[in-house]
Amino acid sequence: MELVCNLPAISIFLCMLCAIFTPAVSGRTAKKMTVLLLCAVSIMSFLVLRYTLRTGGSFVFLMGRFPAPWGNEIRGGILEGLLATLFAIIMLSSILGGMKHIDIEIDPHKLNLYFIMVDLMMASLLALIYTNDLFTAYVFVEINTIAAAGLIMIRQIGRTYVASMRYLMMSQLGSGLFLMSLAMLYSLTGQLLMQPARQAVAGLFASGSYSEPLIITIALMTVGLAIKSGLYPFHSWMPGTYGYSTAASSSILSGLVSKGYIVLLIKIYYRVFGLSVIMEGKISNILFVFGLAGMVMGSISAIRETDIRRMTAYSSVAQIGYVYMGLGLGTEYGVIASVFHILTHAVSKPLLFLSATGLSDVSGGSKRFYNLRGAAYRNPIAGAGFTIGALSMVGLPLFAGFISKLLFAEAAVRDPDKMLPALVVLAISTILNAVYFLHTVITIYTPVGNAHLPRQGNAGLRLAIYVFSAVNIALGLFSQPVVDIIKAGLDIFG
Amino acid sequence: MLHHLLVNKYASCAMILFGIGFTMLLLHQNLIRKIIGLNIMDTAVYLFLAAQGYITGRTAPIVVDGVQEVAAYINPIPSGLVLTGIVVSVSSSALLLGLTICLHRRYHTLDLDKITMAVTKEWM
Repeated sequence: MELVCNLPAISIFLCMLCAIFTPAVSGRTAKKMTVLLLCAVSIMSFLVLRYTLRTGGSFVFLMGRFPAPWGNEIRGGILEGLLATLFAIIMLSSILGGMKHIDIEIDPHKLNLYFIMVDLMMASLLALIYTNDLFTAYVFVEINTIAAAGLIMIRQIGRTYVASMRYLMMSQLGSGLFLMSLAMLYSLTGQLLMQPARQAVAGLFASGSYSEPLIITIALMTVGLAIKSGLYPFHSWMPGTYGYSTAASSSILSGLVSKGYIVLLIKIYYRVFGLSVIMEGKISNILFVFGLAGMVMGSISAIRETDIRRMTAYSSVAQIGYVYMGLGLGTEYGVIASVFHILTHAVSKPLLFLSATGLSDVSGGSKRFYNLRGAAYRNPIAGAGFTIGALSMVGLPLFAGFISKLLFAEAAVRDPDKMLPALVVLAISTILNAVYFLHTVITIYTPVGNAHLPRQGNAGLRLAIYVFSAVNIALGLFSQPVVDIIKAGLDIFG
Repeated sequence: MLHHLLVNKYASCAMILFGIGFTMLLLHQNLIRKIIGLNIMDTAVYLFLAAQGYITGRTAPIVVDGVQEVAAYINPIPSGLVLTGIVVSVSSSALLLGLTICLHRRYHTLDLDKITMAVTKEWM
């Protein structure tokens, strides 16, 4: 086995190790350690991506060298490499972009605790991407939830306490359902590794026995992960969580945390049940309907908001709706569009949150639209960053958001039953997106009387805005290679 | 119908408990009751798992007088899963209780609605 096959396990282990040593060091050292760790993880994930692209296949790493069906496995493939690389880069940029606010808003004595949560979050995201074992996935889902709650409540104000309480309550409902579905799946198949479970599930479906418990298992698993990723109508925790936590936390939570659960759900669909079973069970139709509802309702709530951070948070509800709508199409094209939209949203939303923070910093710390008038003149780089993110979310050509909407439309056209509702809602949602995002862009570019000298903002924020904007435009201009990589990854994902 | 419920009495009981816990966690406004609901819900899953792994008439897979054949032991994996699950639910309960203490110190109530109202008023 080549050295690169060890890298997924090493990167997860390194994150855990860093989290263990961080309590013993000062906040400043913890910061440096985390930045170094995230750089290392980005490079290792990229090596995995390069290796799998070269060999064109996936590899299985046996934890403790016990073969299936006894051992615990990690599996690396093209899609896993791509997602891990992008997630690590986004995590690193979010931390660097929000560093100034981390220093201001977090008690200096608790700074190292914040970085424990970041390390654990990275470990759990990597594990959700790479693991091949259902119960390991459950354990890391819980670690992810607890780390996310820590990231929210480290800014010790009443708002974030309530937000993290609401987040934890909803997440625990989701975890409970997911755990129950795992227990049922184990009792039906007797397997916890994904491939052996797949064979057992295929056998059960072929013989026609236990078909109802299997459908219930799929439904519980889907609902559990949908609650945790914030699909409408389970989105009530989102505005508070993304709206009031520190900027870096908002970026990480909106860009990555909810995506980790969706990646796990896609993996379970492909590797445990198979896409045809999901289609036959009509689960995809339910996801489709809730996805469409989320796309419209999230945007309507966003229009009513007067707070820029809360508005961006409600926009996430709509974007998660897009991803589930793509899954609900139940075809490979739909899943490709969903995965591409996961990438689009993961690079656009952190950009919006970080730029919004940069804009409110030059507006006396206010997040209200009234006070944000002319903010783009006071901080031009944040203004440009917000505009790029907003145009990408609306779906203008040149930006990543356009390609994902195009892919969704292409996927919808291939399904005669779902074509009409999907296209109509896609159009309505685009108009609604344009209403609130362009309104915000016009607001921040509205000149106000007393002109201020433009401020550059801090170096970390500028770097993060440059990185996110560059990746966003790169995804928009050179989408075909990325789509090809996603397609190749999904072909060997099952 | 009733016969099936009685045959699978542990599973039926687990599902009822799961429903009770889930409803408490979802609908109650009192934070402590919510946390109790969470624990009932998790315990229901452990009961379900443990019942699935137990085979009547066999013993725990602990070697006492030499290794016997496979038919002598129950399936140990569900028990292992239950132990892992307990660790997870204890840590999330601890986190939730800690958060409840923070909220109670600040707002002197355990009612989530009242706390939300107080927070909104505080930030107006």
